[in-house]
Amino acid sequence: MSTIDYSDKIPNNVNLSQDRALQRALEHWQPNYLAWWRDMGPEGSQDFDVYLRTAVSVDPQGWAQFGYVKMPDYRWGIFLNPGDADRRIHFGDHLGEPAWQDVPGEHRANLRRIIVTQGDTEPASVEQQRHLGLTAPSQYDLRNLFQVNVEEGRHLWAMVYLLHRYFGRDGREEAEALLERRSGDRDNPRILGAFNEKTPDWLSFFMFTYFTDRDGKFQLCALAESGFDPLARTTKFMLTEEAHHMFVGESGVSRVIQRTCEVMKQLGTDDPAKLRAAGVVDLPTIQRYLNFHFSVTIDLFGADQSSNAAIFYSSGLKGRFEEGKRGDDHLLKQDTYKVLELDGGRLVEKEVPMLNALNEVLRDDYIKDSVGGVNRWNKVIEKAGLPFRLSVPHKAFHRRIGALAGTRIAPDGRVVGDAEWNARVHEWLPSDEDRAFVASLMGRVVEPGRFANWIAPPATGINRQPVDFEYVRFA
Amino acid sequence: MAPDDLASGAPRVDFQTDPSRYRHWKLAVDGPVATLAMDVAEDGGLRPGYKLKLNSYDLGVDIELADALNRIRFEHPQVRAVVVTSGKDRVFCSGANIFMLGASAHAWKVNFCKFTNETRNGMEDASAHSGIKFVAAINGSCAGGGYELALACDEIVLVDDRSSSVSLPEVPLLGVLPGTGGLTRVTDKRKVRHDHADIFCTTTEGVRGRRALEWRLVDAIARPGDFDRVVRERALALAAASDRPAQATGVPLPPLERALGPDSLAYRHVAVDIDRARRTATLVVRAPASPQPGDVAGIEAAGAAWWPLAMARELDDAILSLRSNELDVGTWLLKTAGDAQAVLAVDATLARHAGHWLVRETIGMLRRTLARLDVSSRSMFALVEPGSCFAGTLAELAFAADRSYMLALPDEPARAPALTLSDANFGAYPMVNGRTRLARRFCDEQAPLAEARAAIGRPLDGEAALALGLVTAAPDDIDWADEIRIALEERASLSPDALTGMEANLRFGGNETMHTRIFGRLTAWQNWIFIRPNAVGDKGALKVYGTGEKARFDFSRV
Repeated sequence: MSTIDYSDKIPNNVNLSQDRALQRALEHWQPNYLAWWRDMGPEGSQDFDVYLRTAVSVDPQGWAQFGYVKMPDYRWGIFLNPGDADRRIHFGDHLGEPAWQDVPGEHRANLRRIIVTQGDTEPASVEQQRHLGLTAPSQYDLRNLFQVNVEEGRHLWAMVYLLHRYFGRDGREEAEALLERRSGDRDNPRILGAFNEKTPDWLSFFMFTYFTDRDGKFQLCALAESGFDPLARTTKFMLTEEAHHMFVGESGVSRVIQRTCEVMKQLGTDDPAKLRAAGVVDLPTIQRYLNFHFSVTIDLFGADQSSNAAIFYSSGLKGRFEEGKRGDDHLLKQDTYKVLELDGGRLVEKEVPMLNALNEVLRDDYIKDSVGGVNRWNKVIEKAGLPFRLSVPHKAFHRRIGALAGTRIAPDGRVVGDAEWNARVHEWLPSDEDRAFVASLMGRVVEPGRFANWIAPPATGINRQPVDFEYVRFA
Repeated sequence: MAPDDLASGAPRVDFQTDPSRYRHWKLAVDGPVATLAMDVAEDGGLRPGYKLKLNSYDLGVDIELADALNRIRFEHPQVRAVVVTSGKDRVFCSGANIFMLGASAHAWKVNFCKFTNETRNGMEDASAHSGIKFVAAINGSCAGGGYELALACDEIVLVDDRSSSVSLPEVPLLGVLPGTGGLTRVTDKRKVRHDHADIFCTTTEGVRGRRALEWRLVDAIARPGDFDRVVRERALALAAASDRPAQATGVPLPPLERALGPDSLAYRHVAVDIDRARRTATLVVRAPASPQPGDVAGIEAAGAAWWPLAMARELDDAILSLRSNELDVGTWLLKTAGDAQAVLAVDATLARHAGHWLVRETIGMLRRTLARLDVSSRSMFALVEPGSCFAGTLAELAFAADRSYMLALPDEPARAPALTLSDANFGAYPMVNGRTRLARRFCDEQAPLAEARAAIGRPLDGEAALALGLVTAAPDDIDWADEIRIALEERASLSPDALTGMEANLRFGGNETMHTRIFGRLTAWQNWIFIRPNAVGDKGALKVYGTGEKARFDFSRV
């Protein structure tokens, strides 16, 4: 049958060398994946030797092995967190039943949809970020970008594994389709709106990895609770990698802020024009980027009242964030939750059945979590002795999904009219001019240890290497 | 909301609207191609208690669609092809609103489905008879009733964006059947193989792209960038084969003049009076009271005031109003009044100018209106009395009825009512099974049909009509009052459910067509499923949909 030595090519803990169904599927899919990576992976990077972390097993020594590798040769592996033979479903109508090791027929369609939707975001973000390598502010950042990219690639593998292993021919077709859609392609877009937006500059990239990859974290956390055990175990392992992506985002934005504060102090000004002239991103522009990425990302959680959310939960397919740590009945049939809606020109809270509001519950958990990093960014400003503070906008601001879609609400939560919105939208969201300015800062800096003027160096390097380590060897 | 709130106590359902009042559809006309774009207002439900999300529809949405189709027929004669599409992003139509169905009383659901079926059949009627072809331009996800709307079109183009699919998820998601002809059209019209159809109808996510094409669920797929062009090309190709006039002035359809009383509905040519104690409505259709034009110019000048068109619109509205608003008025007495010669003169005009677009549309309006009677779940008795004009087109009312009684006045021949046949009774107004009411009446036997044909134009008294088999009974003036009273009282005492089933069986004897299968076979099953606990019990699939609760089924097969 196969001539590929799978355990060498594809590190795994799913017994790939014995699994004919999986081998057959991957034999076809792997070449297409590599072709996709060549076409849509980081531009012009195929021959670079990149200092990357590779997972070769799920134990603490194995999941983070560092070394130089050409990205097309990256060993994208298939890993599930170790299983617990006695695991039981801990929420929904199947509460207390043994976790499923195979897809229950009645939940096939919903599970497939969940996995495809999650899987589609992984290659999408690689596509969104594929040009960023050309304008990297440092080798260190370039390497981090590539690390994020290969790990998104691995996350695609993880979802494809589930499709191949558990969903038969349909699964194989969906896995192919994951390689065929293209971010931002009008004819063939990625499934979710935010993943068809451009990631045009590095400030956007950092915001994306901080905010949007955090959405990924919350979705994965919810799926890690799933009664479908392979999905739970796969997503648990993906979470170990997702943490790095959010680190890239949080530290990236933090370093941009740090550099701006340095220049503000040097010049003794908070005048955006003067700061821009000095080649750094003024804090109000950073706030506008934050507003944009935050609002676009919280839309990803879906409509505030959703029958799918209710069905996914009751069927045991998708839990809440930290479901296992919650003290309620894990059925939620009698419970309610407050969602916002606009009523007669005012934002009002409305009590709705909890099960239907689970998207909103996850969104609120996300918001709590994402505020933490913003507070840490403010510490940087505070430490510099400057009065400016960043904040996340009200959750009703700039929404395009759910009951608040299309409403005119200011970042502070005030309902405003079209007139005020139109007059002030450029105070609240990045204007074309803002984006053009940030784009104008983007230039390629590749000498080890050098950093673009608009961003501060990190405190430490990767894997305890120095900051001026040669993270990328160009061909 | 209490389960019956959607059917009772609420304001009357009004089937009259016009484009300036549409909330859910946009009608745009560009030369020979019209575009009907569905853009349902979430808060625009006909009844409170549900939101019309994702281009889902309720009766109010469909009333607008039916109106728009009539506007295209009459007001836009140059339109040869209609593109049915969505004004929303990434969603074509997600079908009938489930929360509306879940909260509706059984009768409301059935009435709703009947009307939506008639509207879709009307699209196929327009394609077959009026030269108006339909292209479904599915530019986003298309589920359930959304796909059934597409199925009613001549061609279906699906956007191939790797996510939009067509689906009939009623069975797996809701535990009911597609209620608007979905199953029947998939097999009978689209010729989808039954095993493919089996997979299709049990797969919640539906089928997209190439497989949808291979399985004949759609006629073409197109990338988003090519979609508008492909749709336009198909629409223009269909338009090219149409015989609708390139240059013609449309006839505006003004609002009907109606006087609504507590127990009455009065139009110009149609009157309805309700006897609530007897649960009976009397419908009187009046012959033209003034001379009607005999040539095309006169007809065009008369427009919507032309008697056959005005009368058909009024009768149509009366039928719909009674069906939706007067559920317990179980018997309709069909009567006519006026000059039979005036009716026959109009019949002659209709026949003479049948090729003219406006005349053709008027005949179509009459055909569809009479067909509404055939599928109305009411007992219908025609009463042929002195002063009546059951002639030609209006005689169809008698032939549509479950029974017809004609007063015989052997001693007063001058006052005796007559029934007169015209050519119109032999082909102008086929039922949805493709047969004339007379052919249905005589089970397609040639001898009685030939005898009837030989009587065209001759006023037939009770005895003659009875002899030809054209009426049920011809009591004389001594028996008449008691005979009619007893028949009505007896009828009113019978089980309304059994009557509905019995009448539908007897009215549609003989051969089946796709449309009779939709009305009969499908809706009979559907109506059974609609009241079974597996659908509408506390844990029924339709009841718990969207709550996150799992439906509980009684798994014994019936």
